[in-house]
This record gives sequence, C-alpha cells and structure tokens, in this order.
Amino acid sequence: MTSTAVINDLKCFHCGQACEDETLWLNEKPFCCYGCKTVYEILDSNNLCEYYDLDKNPGVQLKDVSDETYAYLNENDVLKKLLEFNSDTFAKVTFYIPAMHCISCIWLLENLRKLNKGILHSEVNFAKKSVTIDYNPQQSKLSTVAQLIASLGYAPKITLEDSEGVKKKTDLSLALKVGVAGFCFGNIMLFSFPEYLGLDHAEKDLMRIFSWLNLGLAIPAFFFSGFDYLKSAFNSFKQKQVNIDVPIAAGLIALFLRSAYDIITATGPGYLDSFTGLIFFLLIGRWFQSKTYESLAFDRDFTAYFPLAVNKIEQEVSKPTIIYKLRKGDCIQIRNMELIPADSTLLNDSAYIDYSFVTGEARPVKVKKGELIYAGGRLIGSPIKLLVNKATSQSHLTSLWNNEAFKKVEESKYQKIIDRAARKFTWIVLVIAFITAIYWQITVPSQMWLVLTSVLMVACPCALALAAPFTLGSMLRVFGKKQLYLKNADVIERMAAIDTVVFDKTGTVTHGNNPDITIVGDLTEGDLSRVKMLAGYSTHPLSVMIAKHIKHFSVEAVLDFKEVPGKGLEGVIGSRRFRIGSASFTGWHEKAKHNSYSQVYVSINEEPKGMFIIRTAIRKNIKDMLERLGDKCHSLLSGDNDTVREEMKNLFGSKVQLHFNQSPQEKLNYIQDLQRQGKKVMMIGDGLNDAGALKQSDVGIAITDDNGIFTPACDGILHGDKITSLDKMLQFAKSSSGILKTGFAISFFYNAIALTFAVTGHLTPLIAAIIMPISSISVVGFSTLAVKLAASRIKF
Amino acid sequence: MGIIVLLIAISVTIAIAFLAVFYWNMKSGQYDDTYTPSVRMLFEDKPGMKATPHAKNIKKSQK
Repeated sequence: MTSTAVINDLKCFHCGQACEDETLWLNEKPFCCYGCKTVYEILDSNNLCEYYDLDKNPGVQLKDVSDETYAYLNENDVLKKLLEFNSDTFAKVTFYIPAMHCISCIWLLENLRKLNKGILHSEVNFAKKSVTIDYNPQQSKLSTVAQLIASLGYAPKITLEDSEGVKKKTDLSLALKVGVAGFCFGNIMLFSFPEYLGLDHAEKDLMRIFSWLNLGLAIPAFFFSGFDYLKSAFNSFKQKQVNIDVPIAAGLIALFLRSAYDIITATGPGYLDSFTGLIFFLLIGRWFQSKTYESLAFDRDFTAYFPLAVNKIEQEVSKPTIIYKLRKGDCIQIRNMELIPADSTLLNDSAYIDYSFVTGEARPVKVKKGELIYAGGRLIGSPIKLLVNKATSQSHLTSLWNNEAFKKVEESKYQKIIDRAARKFTWIVLVIAFITAIYWQITVPSQMWLVLTSVLMVACPCALALAAPFTLGSMLRVFGKKQLYLKNADVIERMAAIDTVVFDKTGTVTHGNNPDITIVGDLTEGDLSRVKMLAGYSTHPLSVMIAKHIKHFSVEAVLDFKEVPGKGLEGVIGSRRFRIGSASFTGWHEKAKHNSYSQVYVSINEEPKGMFIIRTAIRKNIKDMLERLGDKCHSLLSGDNDTVREEMKNLFGSKVQLHFNQSPQEKLNYIQDLQRQGKKVMMIGDGLNDAGALKQSDVGIAITDDNGIFTPACDGILHGDKITSLDKMLQFAKSSSGILKTGFAISFFYNAIALTFAVTGHLTPLIAAIIMPISSISVVGFSTLAVKLAASRIKF
Repeated sequence: MGIIVLLIAISVTIAIAFLAVFYWNMKSGQYDDTYTPSVRMLFEDKPGMKATPHAKNIKKSQK
C-alpha cells in the first residue's frame, strides 16, 4: 500500500508550525511531530493545558534530546559553579532559556512544581529570559530538572561562560541617584514656592528655615547624585581635555557655592531649586539613554560558545567532565550536533564537521582518521571519539582572542560630537565670563563676584547635555523596534560616520542552514517521498538536507538498505531498487556542470531518474539593499573557498572586492588596513571567525536568525531578515547629526537669553528657575519628535 | 508659625521614609524585572489547586 500526503495547511496545535510530515492526532488536535505530541501529553496528564489557552500555539518544536545530555550537571564541580545556593534540602539555580517568548512560557515555567515534586518554586525573569528554580536535591537532581525543562521544549543554555562565576548585576546606582535627585528637587521646589509668591517680611524667620532646609537637601543631590559629573570633569582636566562634563561641573559648583553663600549670609534664597532640577534632568537623560537589552549579550567571547562539559572516556567508561579540565591526551566522545571543545585528533574512520560558524566554510568538511579537528566545529552524523591535543583556552580558534584588538578600551578612540561642541562652548563662556568680570570690576567692584557666578551658573549647558541622550536614546528605541539591537547609544554616532561596509559571506549574505534545492528530472511525488525515506536513514549532511526539503511523505518498508561511504545510499522500496548519491554510483554518465553546487543523483532500478542541485541560499532581497548602499559597500570577506565567486560577483557587482579563504586574523588585518586609509568601517558578520573584525571595526554588527544563539562580541545585533534595510538604518543614523545640531542650536539660544540677564546683573532665582526647565523641556521635546519624524520619513 | 514648623518636620520625615522605602525596594530587586510580575498576577490557580507553602519562605533562605 502506498499512501502519500501532500502539504496541507494544518497547523500543529503545540508549536503552530505547518504539519509537513505525517500529521499525528490526539484528542482531535493535530501535531507536527512526536516531540510536540509528547509535550502535549505531559501537560494534558498533569492538568496543565491552560498553557494553550494563554497564547496561541505557544510551544517550541522539540529538538532531539538524549537522556545523557544533562548528565554532567550532576558532577560536583559543575554543581559548585552553577548553584547559587546549596544545602541538603534546598538548592537554587538560574537557567538561561533562549526559547522563552510568550505568556504561556512564563506560566508553564512557573508551574514546574506541578510536574516534578522535587521542584519547590520557579520564577521567571522575562527580560533576561531566565528562570530561577528552587529544588530539593534529595528529591530530584539538577540534571532531572534540566531534562524536564528541555523535554518541554525549553532547553536551558548552559555554556562555559556560566562557569566563570561572573554574574552580571544590573547597575542600580543610576536609578538610585535619579531617585535621590528627584526627591531633593521636589522638596526644594516645595520649600521655594513661598519665596516666589512673595513672603511677608514679618515671616522672615520662616524664610530662613526654608532656606536652610533647602541647603540641607541640596547636599545629597550635589555630593551623591551629581558626583559623577564632578569626577568626570576632574578626570578630563587631568587628561587636559574638555568634555561636556567640564562646563556642567563648573555650573553646578557655581550654583551650589553661590546659593550656600546667599543662604549663610542671609542675603538671598539661593538657586537651589534650579540646581537640583538641573541634576535631576541630567540624570534622567542619562537614564533614558542607558536602555539595554538584558537578554542579549554584546561582550561574549568564545567561552559563551562552548558547552560546559563533555563526555570523557576513562577506562572504557564515559564520564562527564568540565571542559577546562580537559588535558592533552584525554579521550572524549562527541555526539551528533555537539561541539568539538578542543583541538583534537579523530580516532574513528571518518566524520563530517560543520565549521560554518568558526571558519565560514559553508559545506561540512570530511575528516579522516588521525586528522586534526579544530575546536568549535560541530559534528554532523554518528558519534565519534577524539584524542585531545590542546586545552580549549589554547586552541587554534581561541588564540584570536589574544590579539590586541580585544584588549584596548573601546570608548576612548572616538571623539563624541557632544564633546566637540562642549569644547567650543566652554571657551566662549570663559571669554564672556572674563569680559563681564573686568567690566564689573571697573564699574561696581562689590557686585563682581555675584555677576561672575551668575554667568557661570546660566552657562551650564543643561539643555546641551540633554540633546544627545534624548536624540540617541530615542533612536536606540527605534532601532530596537526594527530588530537592530545596539549595545549603547554611542554606537549611533559612530554609525552615522560610516562610509565603508564590509560583509561576511556564510551566515550573513547566505543562509547557513536553509539551502536552495532544485529538483531536476522526472521524479513523481511518490518517488520523491521514497527518496525522502531513504535519505532519512543517513546522517550525511546532504541526505539530511534532501530529507528535510521533500515535503511528501510515505510509509513503506525499506529493504536491503546500504550506505556506501563516499558514494551514496541504496535500498529496495516496493520491489524497486533506489540509489541516491554520486553520478558514478547511480549510473549517470554526466559530469558535474557546476563546481559550486553539490549535486545528488537518483536512479531507480539502475535507470537515471533525476537529481538534486543543492546550493547555499542567498538571503532574499539582499541585492536591492546592496544596490542602494552603492559605494559604501566595499568588500566581501569570506572564510569559505571561492567556488561561489561568480555568484557573489553577480550579487555584489564588479566594483566590490571579493576576498575568499580569509582567516579570522586576516579579516581583522583587512579592517585595520581600511581604517589606516582613514575609512570608517562597519563590519557585518555572524560567526566566531568574524569576531576579530567585528571588534576592530568602528561598528561591528552581528547577524543572527535566532536571538537565543551565540553572537560574537559586537556593537549591535541585527536580525537576519532585517539585513535588507541596512542601508536605511545607516541613513537613519546619519540623520542623528542634523537633529543633534538643531538641538544644540536651541540650547545655545536659551543660554544666550539667560546670559544677557546674567551679564547685566539681573539674574534672579525666579528667572533662573523659569529659564532652566523651559530650555531643557524644549530640547527634549524637539529631539524626541524629530527622531520620530525622521523614522517615519525613512520608512524602513 | 510653630505649627508650620511642625508640619514641615512631619512632611520631610514622611518624604525621607519614602526615599528609604525606594532604596529598600531597589536593593531587594523589585525593579529587576518589570514585565513578568505584570503577567504573573493574571494567572489563576484553578479551583482545587493549592498554592505551595514554599514560595514565601524561599526569599528568606537565600544567602
């Protein structure tokens, strides 16, 4: 009997993906695979089906998890590193779960205790995509807990990085400083109000009380909240540079001292409301700018890529071992889809290793017995045994991290626009202050110090300092909506200056995992489904691709199955002999036409029937984007060989330089050379082999198709589908400089008005209290609106 | 006159108390995750399911 099912539009009840293969039914609900069905069964039997009510098709398709995968979590060494708290009956662990994405996920992960008695409590942090689990070690082991979560589709990601023990703590000090400044500001405003309304002279004592209270409140605002500005100004003096914090600090000091003098000598109420308001607004700006994406990491090194443990074979028994304990001469076992943790020699006959992430080679490499396998490669196919040659930290690949590009402090190399503006500003203010001081010294010497401090006070570039945080902060949010997640707001300024863009090939311009497959010949649907079945028996990378590509499905017996290494597969289905593999194996007399493509031939009963042409898929619409980029698109750096040179030439055009077979170090040097020519370089890459280039470039953007997976250290993370609007993103970043300059102009305008009051000696606390907030608010309002406008005009 | 001074003293004390509470909240991690709690409060335990008694004691037993 033959039964073929064509693609239908049934959606899996669990994961929402189309049921491409066999559709499984349970309780009248369709499931796309056994994994999804099993999860449903677990949830159904535990009365947890509310999971499916909270969000539509919330599940995640299961990837194969063998029982052993988390066994290493029971090792004492590992436990010590991972557990935050440990006692006989209580332990606490936090797992990072990349698959977490919706309300249902939160609900299920917080109800884990209903699935396993050993779990006492679990709490999700959605922003960090992490779950903190309290469990009883006597009732369940850590591996059981991890296994349970993984079996539900939420495989925790545990990497070597987690074992380093550096737990990132969110910086609370800024929020606290804002809080204190806001508190002081609000109360001082309250106590200053009677002053503005005009207090009766009979109540002079009350006024004195208010003034002293204000002074008391201003002290924490100055020494706690405003301390960063004083420190930064002092540091920049030491380096003989003027940054924006210098005039701010000068203004703050002038405001505070003058007010303190006024209050102590009882000559006036002081300007403390303006003073604390200033600190408050400045800190709000800082806070607005510091938006971070907590679930993303921008500073990962190779340790985040490698797993925490690997199976070591000692006296014929495999035992999980932490990776940094691997020594030369150890024998390890690696299973399908696992990473090779250290440079080692192959002990089996042959193996396929996918290096696409570490070197950029698109096709899996065949390694023979006794040959070296580099750390970072991923095994495709049946399990292998390896002999370790070097420890992970000394492996070929990780040696890149010893390059000096990874050591230098990044921020100092770029002169921010705001600091350039501040330098001019400071000189102008100093000149004005000097002239004013001389004028008053000659005319009314007793008033000289009062006027001079007034000038310094109003010259404090509060609005100027707010323009940048609010412009860049809003842009950061717009980029975030477009799925370009930047490390911080300063990156936008550097992005605006970019004139050269360099691309990586594998994973960036091309899709790593979804190849383009064309079927040539006259294979019927039924035969295709049989080919899929046959290919499904093999773990050869090409077989896997073909099996995945064919959407037809059939249930028949395969007899006499044979896999001939290096040639192909053979089997009898329905009394016909199917062969798939190389041309000679299947009896085709045709030479391969294209070197750049993999070709797989099919024959039935020795009769040539058809073939599959497999080539790496180029991301959609990327050509349009490259055309719009024009001259900015400078070159392509690929770690892969040059078989696709022609194809890339068609894509990029003849002007763009194409470099193949580039090592990570060569990529880094290439970027360095471009920078020496005075170019501002943006590098777009994805793999570990781009890590050096990403770090060296002015702006390094990592491409990822799945936010959960590893991205090398970079300035920003861009979602793979959005690479097509890269040119618009650059254009948008460029509009920032115009907005910033207009913002500066507005703030200068207010400063000029305030200065005329100050120079003529008419600056009263009331005028200061009006002008300062107005200037700040108008600059903030302008920046935010202008960014919105620019974003809607560019339409990306 | 005297009463105003007293009122001011009270108002400042209350304000400082709130500042202290803010500091305490921050240290105890209330602002670490602002999204999940908003969702969590909408989850309902179905009738017949008891909330675990552990949840409360757990915070205390950390470090």
